[in-house]
Amino acid sequence: MWAIEVEDVVKRFGEFVAVDRISFRVRRGEIFGLLGPNGAGKSTTIRILCGLLAPTSGRARVDGLDVVTQAEQVKRRIGYMSQRFSLYEDLTVEENVELFSGLYGVPRERRRQRQQEVLEMAGLTAWRRRLVRALPGGWKQRLALGCALVHEPPILFLDEPTSGVDPIARRQFWDMIVRLSEAGRTILVTTHYMDEAAYCHRLALMDRGRIVALDAPAALARSLASVAFLHLESSDLWESLKVLEREASVERVTLFGAGVHLRVRDPERARERIQRALHARGITISRLDVVAPSMEDVFVAVIEGGERNER
Amino acid sequence: MTWRRTWAMARKEFLHIRRDPRSLLLALAVPIVLLLLFGYALRLDVDRIPMLVFDADGSPQSRNLIARFAGSRFFDVVGMVEDPARIRREMDRQRCLLALVIPPDYSRRWLRGERASIQLILDGSDSNTASIALGYAEALLREHVGSWQMSVLRRATGVMVNPPVDVRVRVWYNSELRSRNYIVPGLIAIILMIIAALLASLTLAREWEMGTMEQLLSTPVRPSEIVLGKMLAFFAIGLLDMLIALLVGVVFFRVPLRGDPLLVLLMGGLFLFGALGWGVLISALVRSQVLAYQLGVLTSFLPAFLLSGFIFAIENMPPVVQAVTYLVPARYFIVILRGLFLKGVGVELLVGEVAFLIAYAAVVFGLATRCLQRRLA
Ligand SMILES: Nc1ncnc2c1ncn2[C@@H]1O[C@H](COP(=O)(O)OP(=O)(O)OP(=O)(O)O)[C@@H](O)[C@H]1O
Ligand SMILES: [Mg+2]
Repeated sequence: MWAIEVEDVVKRFGEFVAVDRISFRVRRGEIFGLLGPNGAGKSTTIRILCGLLAPTSGRARVDGLDVVTQAEQVKRRIGYMSQRFSLYEDLTVEENVELFSGLYGVPRERRRQRQQEVLEMAGLTAWRRRLVRALPGGWKQRLALGCALVHEPPILFLDEPTSGVDPIARRQFWDMIVRLSEAGRTILVTTHYMDEAAYCHRLALMDRGRIVALDAPAALARSLASVAFLHLESSDLWESLKVLEREASVERVTLFGAGVHLRVRDPERARERIQRALHARGITISRLDVVAPSMEDVFVAVIEGGERNER
Repeated sequence: MTWRRTWAMARKEFLHIRRDPRSLLLALAVPIVLLLLFGYALRLDVDRIPMLVFDADGSPQSRNLIARFAGSRFFDVVGMVEDPARIRREMDRQRCLLALVIPPDYSRRWLRGERASIQLILDGSDSNTASIALGYAEALLREHVGSWQMSVLRRATGVMVNPPVDVRVRVWYNSELRSRNYIVPGLIAIILMIIAALLASLTLAREWEMGTMEQLLSTPVRPSEIVLGKMLAFFAIGLLDMLIALLVGVVFFRVPLRGDPLLVLLMGGLFLFGALGWGVLISALVRSQVLAYQLGVLTSFLPAFLLSGFIFAIENMPPVVQAVTYLVPARYFIVILRGLFLKGVGVELLVGEVAFLIAYAAVVFGLATRCLQRRLA
């Protein structure tokens, strides 16, 4: 049986279609990522699956339960971290955990133990009496995850759990997610960070309410076998951008870190032409290598591919 | 509905209150401040009316009349004037409310048994007080003339004659006619309404604003449990306020409490439940704290103050407004409170009022729960 099944789900807000006939299924124990730009419909999809929003049409099941007709049972079996941090800042760490163990109806005899386990997992045992307001961002996120886990739900929905968190804290957070998945929990997670997509077993790329690609991260990258990516760093990045946009052998230029990523068909030929063109403008190249496509490259390519097919 | 989830909500709400001592202080200071303010400043009794006298006669008869006024507890002769023009000046400065003008021929006519006239000048700018003062003055004059007639009769006939009618007024229930006895019970209703409007109207709106509502609703907690849990916490504060008000009223202002104090608390609890429900309902409808607060004050505190018969008698309102007062729960609660305080009646005489309060609480609670549910889709 699938942990999550989504069938032709549509969500309209008035005329606006936020989620446009999406379908996918998530296996038990899987880390399933929803990736997409702002307004793609990721949060809306998660809200529907948590029983917070009713879909306009289509069906969705979570742990075999219909999210519309059996919303209450669904809520017992899931943990949810909303995109915006939403624990009580004027309560202590411990009081927040207690509140949610009460709301989830954790049995009295298990409660103490569960609260301790959760605090330990989140690494917050020493800070249990601190007001949440006083915690750094990354810790708050771990606490939010802990609160979503007090009742040991088999399925977790995490909406951009690492937004606004420093890279080290993000790492720690993902380590926790991976461990949870290894322990058999199913995790549906959304993110803006392309590098985090690599932690997912499978990815659905969303754009304007639609799922434009769905596969394992590596497979998505492989589907771009016919193209290659070059990473360029130079003395004058802006001038280089202008030059390369007119260069026929380069299909696409995207900024990436301190340099740019160039999508090309034939890397060797393109490299020569780029070197020549930049040299003519007096620009020195400090780096120009073939690289593996980033998730961002994949994303852009897939979406552009989709648009080309539509035309 | 489970008790565990409801209690988890209530406990959290208690913690919010504890972490914000200002709101707690406010909730406890409001009843005391209001009681002192109204208990001392708002006096509807009219006595010691300041008056001036212009005595152009200067006879024993005119002094006799003046002594009557001076001896009454309702009047306070603050001065005698030589020049009638001063009366206007003094009245404009609000030094006196009433002036008595005795013409030069007063004693002459009086002794001749002719019709003697005097003039009363009243400051009518506060018509309520003026008409009460006039009533007192008329009664005093009637008595003055009456007792004189009796003495004339006695002298002429040599027999003791009793006045034909002996009117003795007795006021029941508030025998001292102290407005405080009337106001303090009503004030309890106002206090509970303010607390409910202040606390409850903000509570759900804050959760929407902070984004915590979404997190709450992703758990199995039901809207009715959220509403009830929040109400429980505020209910405790409301009861505490009510106890404070009762104590201050009975011990400090010596308002008689003739009914059962437990019954007063019970009725207070019933009223409080409805009032809090109304606050939560507003909070469920409006997602901004500012708007919820304004609506809360506008729709609960103001009607309780103006349309409940607390100060302004409902009988004197236009029919349309009178009809509206039937929807104001404070109206019923004030009837109950005054009945319990001043008459010491039991619930059996207040069945209608109690029934309305129960119905009100049930409807408002149901609506608040429904509205919260509807906001989700
Ligand atoms: N309650 C609502 N009423 C109207 N429009 C809404 C509502 N909720 C979301 N939308 C719109 O639906 C679209 C999808 O929103 P959603 O929050 O699902 O995007 P997202 O993929 O989560 O984006 P982000 O990365 O910014 O979180 C957006 O354009 C948003 O403005
Ligand atoms: Mg989102």
